[in-house]
Amino acid sequence: MLGADAIVKCLEEEGVEYVFGYPGVAICPFYNSILESSIKTILIRTEQNAAHAASGLARVSGKVGVCAVTSGPGATNVITGIATAFADSIPMVCITGQVNSALLGSDVFQEADITGAVESFVKYSYLVKNVADIPRIFKEAFHIANTGRKGPVLIDIPIDIQNAEIKRFVYPETVSMRTYKPTVRGNMAQIKKVVAELEKAKKPIICAGGGVLLSDAEKELREFSQKYKIPVVSTMMGISAMPTKDPFYFGMVGNNGKPYANRAMNESDLLIMVGARVADRAVSQPDLITENKVLVHIDVDPAEIGKNVGPTIPLVGDAKHIFEDLSSQEFTCNHDEWLDTLSEYRKNMEPKRNPNPAYVDPAAFITMLSEKMQNDGVYVADVGQNQIWSCAYHIVKDGRFLTSGGMGTMGYSIPAAMGAKISDKSKQVIAVCGDGSFQMSMMELATMNQHDIPVKIVVLKNNYLGMVRQYQHFTYKDNYSVVDLSGSPDLEKLAAAYDMGFIRLKDMKNAEDAINKFLEKDESMIMECLIDPMDLV
Amino acid sequence: MRKKVFQLLVDNTSGVLSRISGLFSRRGYNIESITAGVTADPRYTRITIVASGDDEILDQIEKQVAKLVDVRDIKELEPDNSVYRELALVKVRTNSEQRQGVISVADIFRAKIIDVASDSLIVELTGNQAKIDAFLNLLEGYEILELARTGIAGLGRGTENVTYL
Repeated sequence: MLGADAIVKCLEEEGVEYVFGYPGVAICPFYNSILESSIKTILIRTEQNAAHAASGLARVSGKVGVCAVTSGPGATNVITGIATAFADSIPMVCITGQVNSALLGSDVFQEADITGAVESFVKYSYLVKNVADIPRIFKEAFHIANTGRKGPVLIDIPIDIQNAEIKRFVYPETVSMRTYKPTVRGNMAQIKKVVAELEKAKKPIICAGGGVLLSDAEKELREFSQKYKIPVVSTMMGISAMPTKDPFYFGMVGNNGKPYANRAMNESDLLIMVGARVADRAVSQPDLITENKVLVHIDVDPAEIGKNVGPTIPLVGDAKHIFEDLSSQEFTCNHDEWLDTLSEYRKNMEPKRNPNPAYVDPAAFITMLSEKMQNDGVYVADVGQNQIWSCAYHIVKDGRFLTSGGMGTMGYSIPAAMGAKISDKSKQVIAVCGDGSFQMSMMELATMNQHDIPVKIVVLKNNYLGMVRQYQHFTYKDNYSVVDLSGSPDLEKLAAAYDMGFIRLKDMKNAEDAINKFLEKDESMIMECLIDPMDLV
Repeated sequence: MRKKVFQLLVDNTSGVLSRISGLFSRRGYNIESITAGVTADPRYTRITIVASGDDEILDQIEKQVAKLVDVRDIKELEPDNSVYRELALVKVRTNSEQRQGVISVADIFRAKIIDVASDSLIVELTGNQAKIDAFLNLLEGYEILELARTGIAGLGRGTENVTYL
């Protein structure tokens, strides 16, 4: 058995079904061996998107996403995708081919020090120097990627190691790492302190972050919130932890969030942050969330607790375990008055928009689209004005909302939607992007065609890089610089070129029919919505 | 701003030192010295880091380092319960008249002369950082041609805080 065969065997042992990637000489032994396997390969059109697709798959399936690319430019191209996954704690194993190990460090053709280059964006990385290490390294890599605070792991494998004979292949059943042992169960004494505070609190609130979804704790959160009538707000990464119309849910916080969500968080007397980093976009003034209140910070990563704000009660653990343990403690609390106040805020503080009737109103459109989606559909928002509108107006029923939150990587939505669709073909998956972000990933239309991945794409077209234009509008008094997207392709012709359906929506008059037609069949389609170029989020 | 001395036990893997120093540089932590060497158990390396920052930063340093996959253990070496040592090699320009002066300063510090040339000598000194600084102060009247300091290595006193491997 060759090293390359062993790699494929490891992926089979881990239950991997799909590998996203792009071959080159240095990874060819692997791509040759995988032909013998039932693992399916998806030829992505640029390496960055291999990581995004793996990310989409991981987020929807809870499994580790896998991508495999070649050395040098293949490896460096994938870095943005890895960094995007790292910022959002997405479990991923990225395999990179490498030049012959005897030539490492001599700057030969397509050599790049990829383990060095990704050091600050990976949870861990390996450079395989001995073919016998392959089973152990893969076992560890999948374990590291999908436990504790999840994240990407990179395995760099020189071509001679892939071609070397491995004498004996035994996949380890358990991981034995001396140094890596994440804490997932919360400390019971700390949990009891939280319960004591909950009993005292008049105005408690939970702020759910992406960690709730990563630990698959939506159900536990919803039940806990309902049982004790505790209102919930979320960060951008926490969207879809709660259904939008849940009576206990009060929207997304942060400088792009709902005013009533921020007010609820600031006025609370007990704030439970769970699986959230207290990052700058969610909490721009950390003082406000500690003033006159008890702050409980629950996170699986101890380093996040106290990084941006010092909590009253730190609680290290996985959100799912913590909610289970919290629910096992019987206690009583009553917050009817607080809930009434928050409902009042929600009713009166919804920001008013003044849509231009000559165009599609992105807010109304997104609400209508998401309401018409299947209950468990996956909505993938890109980055830019489209993302902020999506966060604000998308209605979560029982599906998922995905976006690149931490890194804000444009072009994320289409490849991530592909990964999500592949992981569960029964689900409706829609990527919503702007005309800027669409053009960053439009090469993947071919991938969708080739591999029959029926993702639906909405392009909110305003001929501008809208988010930057908006920034220049406010900061530079409409001195627009490098934000005009003139020269963009005719999407109708582009859709035809890729043999895809196309709908153009010019205003809201025919929106309902257009959306019905867009969602009707499980096939790829592009829907272009013309929106007011001067619209602001 | 204050200083803290951290003692780390890490897996003796290739690149472990660069992972740790990389963490310090990308997060903007101040590192004053770092020393590393294999322990009695060759699977592990012991690293002593002197870092400075305010309390929050020092707390973050400890947590972020602990989070690295290769790190088995990190703890503070508190000054009262620990011993620190640093080694310094100092090459001083000396003509025949100056030579004896440097030798007598070295004697006071129990330093060793380990190389003598016609116009220079090398002094080896071991001690805590304050002792080495004091020694260098006394050499002010001479020309120091080259100076090599190892940064400190340290251990906690007694058996109470030993991490058994």
